[in-house]
Amino acid sequence: MLDWPILSVMLFVPLLGAGIILLLRGPEEIVARNIRATALYASLFTFALAVLLWINFDASQADFQFVETYSPFGGLFQYKLGVDGISMLFVVLSAFLVPIAILASWTSIQHRVREYMVAFLILETLLIGVFSALDLVLFYLMFESSLIPMFLIIGVWGGVRRVYAAFKFFLYTFLGSVLMLVAVFYIVATTGTTDIPTLLQTRFPPEAQTWLWLAFFASFAVKMPMWPVHTWLPDAHVEAPTAGSMLLAGVLLKFGGYGFLRFSLPMFPVASVELGWLIFALSMVAIVYASLVALAQTDMKKLIAYSSVAHMGYVTIGLFVFNHQGLDGAVFQMLSHGVVSAALFLCVGVVYDRLHTREIARYGGLAHNMPAYATVFMIFTLASLGLPGTSGFIGEFLSMMGAFQRDSLIAVVAALGVILGAVYMLYLYRRVFFGPLEKADLKALADLDWREKSLFVPMAAVVLWLGVFPNNVLDVMRPTVDNLLAEHEAAITAYERSIESAREAEQAAEAAAAAAGEGAE
Amino acid sequence: MIELIVFLPLAGFLAAGLAGQSLGDRGSMLLTSSFVTVSALLSVALFFEVSGNPDAFHTVTLGSWIQSGDLAIDWALRVDTLTAVMLVVVNGVSALVHWYSVGYMAHDPSKPRFFAYLSLFTFAMLMLVTADNLVQMFFGWEGVGLASYLLIGFWYQKPSANAASIKAFVVNRIGDFGYSLGIFATFLLFGSVQFDTIFANVDAVKGTTLDFVGYDVPALTLVALLLFVGAMGKSAQLILHIWLPDAMEGPTPVSALIHAATMVTAGVFLVARMSPLFEAAPDALAVVTVIGAATAFFAATVGLVQNDIKRVIAYSTCSQLGYMFFALGVGAYGAGIFHLFTHAFFKALMFLSAGSVIHALSDEQDMRQMGGLRPHLRTTWALMLVGTLALTGFGIPGLIGFSGFYSKDIVIEAAYAGEVGGSLFAFVMGVAAAFMTSFYSWRLMFMTFENKPRASKDVMSHIHESPMVMLVPLFVLAGGAVFAGFAFQDWFVGDGRLAFWAGSIVQGEHDVVDKAHHVSKWVEWLPTAMMALGLGAAWLFYIRSPQLPGQVAASAKGLYQFLLNKWYFDELYRALIVRPIFALGRLLWIGGDQKTIDGLGPDGVSRTLVAGAKRMRRVQSGYVYHYAFAMLIGVVILVSYIAFYSGGF
Repeated sequence: MLDWPILSVMLFVPLLGAGIILLLRGPEEIVARNIRATALYASLFTFALAVLLWINFDASQADFQFVETYSPFGGLFQYKLGVDGISMLFVVLSAFLVPIAILASWTSIQHRVREYMVAFLILETLLIGVFSALDLVLFYLMFESSLIPMFLIIGVWGGVRRVYAAFKFFLYTFLGSVLMLVAVFYIVATTGTTDIPTLLQTRFPPEAQTWLWLAFFASFAVKMPMWPVHTWLPDAHVEAPTAGSMLLAGVLLKFGGYGFLRFSLPMFPVASVELGWLIFALSMVAIVYASLVALAQTDMKKLIAYSSVAHMGYVTIGLFVFNHQGLDGAVFQMLSHGVVSAALFLCVGVVYDRLHTREIARYGGLAHNMPAYATVFMIFTLASLGLPGTSGFIGEFLSMMGAFQRDSLIAVVAALGVILGAVYMLYLYRRVFFGPLEKADLKALADLDWREKSLFVPMAAVVLWLGVFPNNVLDVMRPTVDNLLAEHEAAITAYERSIESAREAEQAAEAAAAAAGEGAE
Repeated sequence: MIELIVFLPLAGFLAAGLAGQSLGDRGSMLLTSSFVTVSALLSVALFFEVSGNPDAFHTVTLGSWIQSGDLAIDWALRVDTLTAVMLVVVNGVSALVHWYSVGYMAHDPSKPRFFAYLSLFTFAMLMLVTADNLVQMFFGWEGVGLASYLLIGFWYQKPSANAASIKAFVVNRIGDFGYSLGIFATFLLFGSVQFDTIFANVDAVKGTTLDFVGYDVPALTLVALLLFVGAMGKSAQLILHIWLPDAMEGPTPVSALIHAATMVTAGVFLVARMSPLFEAAPDALAVVTVIGAATAFFAATVGLVQNDIKRVIAYSTCSQLGYMFFALGVGAYGAGIFHLFTHAFFKALMFLSAGSVIHALSDEQDMRQMGGLRPHLRTTWALMLVGTLALTGFGIPGLIGFSGFYSKDIVIEAAYAGEVGGSLFAFVMGVAAAFMTSFYSWRLMFMTFENKPRASKDVMSHIHESPMVMLVPLFVLAGGAVFAGFAFQDWFVGDGRLAFWAGSIVQGEHDVVDKAHHVSKWVEWLPTAMMALGLGAAWLFYIRSPQLPGQVAASAKGLYQFLLNKWYFDELYRALIVRPIFALGRLLWIGGDQKTIDGLGPDGVSRTLVAGAKRMRRVQSGYVYHYAFAMLIGVVILVSYIAFYSGGF
């Protein structure tokens, strides 16, 4: 543990960077260079802090660590931060991806560089805030406001149909959020607290759990996204600039899973079990449906976006099977997908920057003149299709193993997705990289430069590291997962006991009534 | 020692893969080949140390891989007789293929990449055979699949090679679908995926059932069959066999190493490794027997009429794998592995000899363009002859023979003696396939080497015998093809077998292998008679009266086309599976996502909103305003609701 508020510093550093960027003045060329450098250094420094956070994290306990509490807002809500074994990993993931995203925008963003970098740095603060907030209202604020910079990134620096995409993005997320807001108000009104650790200990009555669960579900399902509320994702990705897609797929898609994990599972355990069928049904459809749709895509980014929908299906399955493998698999899959999908979007960005098209049919034979690019694309393709030895395997494997213990049908359907995953990814790879290199503009493409290689190397290293030594991550979250499962078990047992005793009381009352009736006769 | 054996090829892969440019072509080739050669020599030493010596069995745990709840999976290297046999096969053939490739790939521009892939394959295969649990085996299993994918598509400018590589990976994935479900079922049943724990508890779970997609099924049979689906994919058994012939698009050394001697036998190894579990699931064994026997027969029939020299050998491999499986199925695990062992020598020899022919004829693979090569390629001819004699099982029962003679005969005899369901079927199919094996093998010999040359003058003028770096590995393999059966039969399937295997596979004093040694004389002579008949028929068709094949094909046109088109499996799958899946994908995308979900959802809502806005002429059209406006309404509704619900703040 540290004696200074590291989480607050992590929230503050990107904001500080954004402030400096707003103040920079001078000739345009030089300012643009300084803005980029400032953004990169601020995000790299935040990442260094994230590493420090991990090093100082005590992986032997399940409690929240690095907790800070201030109450500047009177009784309304508090500024409370802290991380457990799961949220700490998401903080690190966010801090890892932002500098890469900023460096990825180095040359492709040429207009409004200042606003662009400010948007990314503010987004970074909000992302870290979402995963470290320990106050319900603070969480909600961070959770919702993070949409605004992403909104602007798509709407300002996006492609041709950016307004349609942004509108769709808004419509879905907004509808989901409204319902969640209702639930938040209800919770605050009935419990009188916004403190998340306190709320996690609160037992809500089973009747209330169901609709509270559904309200949260509406928001998280959109964010995941789960079928059938997933159609905003392909459009948002297609229109977003490369770095925007990286953070959208890498971190924002994890909001839904994290939300289920942080709120739905511990606060509404009964509803989570009773409505599990809904999650499983939607997830099974998502895996098969999205994989099939991915197969039919002609746009690289859409294909990867649909593959994300399928991959998130494994997460939702793993979350709700309530065993160790399922939960470990779900969290691991989110982390792995965070890196792999971000890397795949970056891969698309590489050729998009050169040729300004995402049309798969425009490419072919790139393995001839871009061997380094072909190699990194292959590594992430393999991770995406879940080859053992890459991080993609561990998450899928564990969540399916968890699912099999709950109901083998779920695992069977999920495993079909593993076959289809190989088909659409290898089919994509073949169309882009293999075959003869014929088109003149393709022949002129240069292989990865040093900046691009420096982006891919750390991501590839993480993918292989997590594939071979997944315990480095699984060990960190074990106490938290153990604790979650134990509390869940206890809550369900208590619920069953209460039903049992209610029934006994009823029977006793009936018996008493009958006896009284007999006595009266 | 085992660490060195396994990790030297990995080191070779990393060196050639990452630093191939600085090492140069020569450096990459020499480095990878030397590393694998050292591994091979160490493997031979380990084999003689470990086999038949249970005290030397050991497992080196390298560390924990996955720890999740009760699930504990280690990175571990397990060494027993079964592993030691596989180590010799894998590293031995791999080393020879590495050196052969130095000559074969001499004109290829991407040598470091090729040798890196070969070494990667070797490493993955070693992880597979040394695994002490099902999941590490799966790591190696998919790893060899990756290497196979990369090597089949090595010449990536060829569209046919790309199609073949994807097909291989995807069909294997279908098999792996079964394998991974098998792992999940194993964990559910045994609480572990570690071999020793599974074997120790087989008796305890005998007779229990598991719920599988709503059906209550016998647990052990379920686990065994799911794992066998994986084996069917990897070892190209009927239904999932379609990728193997297409895999011949890869360079010929790859076909020899991966698609003949080692990777495709991984399924056989899996069943042998899990023999304690299969032994307790007789229904699963019956399935293994029937599938194996059907494959042995089917592939041999297709091999009869193929004209591409590599495809003939590929179907032969498929067929021989069928033999191995029905040997396992009837319970003769040692015989199955024995055939795997001898087959590795003679089939690698045949592939590499065929490579030598193809190399000599400027990459011609069609046997109709060959013929009359014997005077030009005497050494290659002699080597191919040795391979053919071994494959067809040339020998004199009770006396002596080539390696295939020993292993194939014991397999067929075991099928005759077997008591598992389907044994008789396997015996009949095995005998019929033995005849066809002999026919297509000699057909290949005659079409390639005898009669008048059919190649163009130009090609014939360039014809040349292969360099020594290619021929020396062939001599070593030829040595194995001649002597491996005679030298090792006692250990693998003879009186010494109990001591040799020392519990690494299921065996008994009076098991089916023992019974196979005491079958009637006619059973013993039958495969040899079939071999002779096949030779005679091939001689009649291709030497004595060369017009006969054409006449027969014309008179039985339907049957000929049926065989030539490989029983129309590819066409069937394309019509029933591949096309519908792509069509369904498009349907779900256009009809599902765009028309239904978006049409009813956001687009519909937006249409309504826009229409409403137009009518009212008041609402702004920018989405940010919508957002703020709707948010406000939402908050108002909310607050009033909460105030109402909780009786006011």
